[in-house]
Amino acid sequence: MTFRKYLVLAGITVFSTAGDSLLARGMKDLGGVSLHSLSTLLLAILNPWVALGILFLLTFFACYMSALSWADLTYVLPATSLAYVLVALIGHFRLHEVISPTRWVGIALIAAGVGFVAAGPSVTPSHERRNSQSAPRDIVSVEVKS
Amino acid sequence: MKEICAWSAIGLIVLASTTGDVLLSYSMKRVGHVGELWKHCGVLAAIGRVLATPTFALGLMAMGVAFYSLLFGLSWGNLSLVVPASASLTFVANAVAARIFLHERVGRRRWIAALLVAGGVVLMAV
Repeated sequence: MTFRKYLVLAGITVFSTAGDSLLARGMKDLGGVSLHSLSTLLLAILNPWVALGILFLLTFFACYMSALSWADLTYVLPATSLAYVLVALIGHFRLHEVISPTRWVGIALIAAGVGFVAAGPSVTPSHERRNSQSAPRDIVSVEVKS
Repeated sequence: MKEICAWSAIGLIVLASTTGDVLLSYSMKRVGHVGELWKHCGVLAAIGRVLATPTFALGLMAMGVAFYSLLFGLSWGNLSLVVPASASLTFVANAVAARIFLHERVGRRRWIAALLVAGGVVLMAV
């Protein structure tokens, strides 16, 4: 379970980064879209980069929703910020962009924050939630019984 | 005037995306563990269960509002102000909202993490 948990969190990071980069790559082919040619935005889906980007972002959303189904929002959310770090590292090592010292400090802060949360418990036990209404309903076991 | 517009857009982004995240998280907690649901009832049943949750649609709508506020904000302010300011404030706002509305136990560990990530996001954009 723990391994799968980190796999889903890694999926959130990787797929959102890849999806955003693919979208950016595809939109560069189209050039600036003016307000008068909004139909170009609909046709943008036909661009293979954009289509692939949307597919990746949908996968990201599925991973994000799946993670939220078993973990706290305050546990999952910091993991999404690792995407900023990944973009910077890809830029540095693949595209040979220079990363300023301030940005390295930023990368370290984000990584430290994510590590801090990931090492702790992932979900608040339902009996600790003050309002029982918001406690998770165990639909699966209810269905299995019926 | 331009700055007021940019900052009110930032406020709108933070408000909308926090609302969206809280609603989505709430719906997924109601649905229950998606992986287990998939195993027992199949993938279509799991997706259907998620889509049938009313708060899920509301959450998606709030995310849409956040996206258009971002476009609005970018037309008034610089990319280097609007994106990091809204992203880092959203991390802190989410920690507060998750504690109040979702009754999550946001301990010292998670507060420090939210502040570290928020600070890191700002530094990355400088």
